[in-house]
Amino acid sequence: MADLLDVKGLETQFRTPDGIVHAVNGVSLTLKEGETLGIVGESGCGKTVTVLSILRLIAMPPGKIVAGKANFRGQDLLQMSNEEIREIRGSQIAMIFQDPMTSLNPVLTIERQLTEPLLLHLGMTKVQARNRAAELLGLVGIPNAKERLKDYPHQFSGGMRQRVMIAMALACDPQILIADEPTTALDVTIQAQIIELVKRLRDELGMAIIWITHDLGVVAGLARRVMVMYGGFIIEEAPVRELYANPSHPYTLGLLGSLPRVDQERERLFSIEGLPPVLYQMPAACPFAPRCKWAMERCGKENPVLETIGPDHRMACWVDTRTGRAR
Amino acid sequence: MSSNHKEVLLRVDNLVKHFPINRGVFQHQVGVVHAVDGVTFNVYRGETLGLVGESGCGKTTTGRTILQLYRPTSGHVYFEGVDLVALKSGEMRRMRRKIQMIFQDPYASLSPRMTIGEIIGEPLLVHHVGNAQEIRERVKYLLDVVKLSPSFTDRYPHEFSGGQRQRIGIARALALQPSFIVCDEPISSLDVSIQAQVVNLLDDLQRQFNLTYLFIAHDLSMVRHLCDRVAVMYLGITVEMAARADLYRMPLHPYTQALLSAVPIPDPVADSQRQRVILEGDVPSPVDPPSGCRFRTRCPIAKPICAEQVPDFRELRPGDFVACHFAEQFLN
Repeated sequence: MADLLDVKGLETQFRTPDGIVHAVNGVSLTLKEGETLGIVGESGCGKTVTVLSILRLIAMPPGKIVAGKANFRGQDLLQMSNEEIREIRGSQIAMIFQDPMTSLNPVLTIERQLTEPLLLHLGMTKVQARNRAAELLGLVGIPNAKERLKDYPHQFSGGMRQRVMIAMALACDPQILIADEPTTALDVTIQAQIIELVKRLRDELGMAIIWITHDLGVVAGLARRVMVMYGGFIIEEAPVRELYANPSHPYTLGLLGSLPRVDQERERLFSIEGLPPVLYQMPAACPFAPRCKWAMERCGKENPVLETIGPDHRMACWVDTRTGRAR
Repeated sequence: MSSNHKEVLLRVDNLVKHFPINRGVFQHQVGVVHAVDGVTFNVYRGETLGLVGESGCGKTTTGRTILQLYRPTSGHVYFEGVDLVALKSGEMRRMRRKIQMIFQDPYASLSPRMTIGEIIGEPLLVHHVGNAQEIRERVKYLLDVVKLSPSFTDRYPHEFSGGQRQRIGIARALALQPSFIVCDEPISSLDVSIQAQVVNLLDDLQRQFNLTYLFIAHDLSMVRHLCDRVAVMYLGITVEMAARADLYRMPLHPYTQALLSAVPIPDPVADSQRQRVILEGDVPSPVDPPSGCRFRTRCPIAKPICAEQVPDFRELRPGDFVACHFAEQFLN
């Protein structure tokens, strides 16, 4: 299948009082039609900035997209005019966020907020838009959809608000849904509901999804392909089963080792010492080297690039973690 | 870690904490939040008891009421045989040398205007333990214990990361050599790789100082890793309490079953093979909890009797207590 989205060499920086922060450092990714891509990493690894850059939702200044291309159906999103990108946002590429309360306007009814994209992007009449809005609320599993249109966001629980956000994102039948930690603020039983819902909608509507999370458990059950980010770089990328069966980058191994599992007992958790970096300059060395137990001399001198190490499996590391020796 | 002689260090007996809801100009009481509505459990010396449940189930209120940070509406909390509820505030303050707490938010729980040395030394100052020189020495020792550099004493909290701040909070909790620590979601605001550091530290400290923990959490994977026994809360009550191995292998309460099956497993193969119980709807409001069994509105096996009778918290397996009318069917 053709690539729906093709991002190449994306670099985003932020000007701060302490210097320029290199948040995203040459990220390339592709997304096929109907595919679910998981982007995993800890706070500050650049996963959110990557997708915000693609949608041009970075505040500029202080942010700046320094380099890269983001081709969506033959057009470069990064070169579009503000009007053109606004057409794409919300209609062809939609996004849902971590905190549904801050993404919904507290003083407007759900109807007002749900019908806005329909009136704006699809040019529906008010009656059409209201009917479609009720239909959307029903689609995301909100009972009594018609009556609830009159409610305000605070009248919904956290899980229900996230459903409203999803309904809003789906309003214009997007081809890509970008989900930025949409279940992080929710309880596990509600998280399970939302994930089931997204899976169902994905299968029914056939949209592609980019799912950003810090939770390696969530992507395991959801994504087809997973990318792991660290320090603004993609450090490993593989189909989901391959990644969990053969994790190869020391950071991926560390993350998986540091997770307790509900289905197993583990003696002691593997802990990655130290802290993730904030990069004030493009690193000349591997950004993970200071925390890496496999680090060799070369790791302190040269930053490894992504290389293919197996079928569809790529990783950026000088060390073969299976043998502990240089690759 | 689980002791054979099983000395009960803490006994929580039918603990109830209601918060009044006041409205209007004259602040008339118009209702009650049933935050904790009859919680009972023991904690044995040297063990870790996990107290798990979702937001709003009353687990944090339980922790705070044990420390008498909230005075309970009714019920008792016995620590080493002494009923904390009956203690006067001065007596309770002396008791707090033995019972300490680690808080969830390492950003909110450290005063930004105090140095690390002042923060960790404050409990010693309040309880008149040692002179200035001795306190300084003790602070340095405590920093070393939590694997931070003793040279940090003159720095301020904003200079530290979340994981380091949580270590500072742990050092403060250890200052008075307590025997019991309530850990209120101490790692849930930290990044994955940092969580493991703090959990391993808590593990080491337990062994080193023979500590007993009440570990309040919503992360069932972490609880499985850390705890000897687990109590599951739902809407203000304990629905199941069991030894770790029993609870995770064969949960007997339908809520525990749903909760466990909702936890994502970081393994696509294992994840695709397991059975899921997806609960419908949301947790009801603690202002007006359902009659009978509190879980019945979302329970996949609820029957009419569940609306009429409150299920007893009964022992179905040795050491495994369940509050469900129909839990027998899950025994085999």
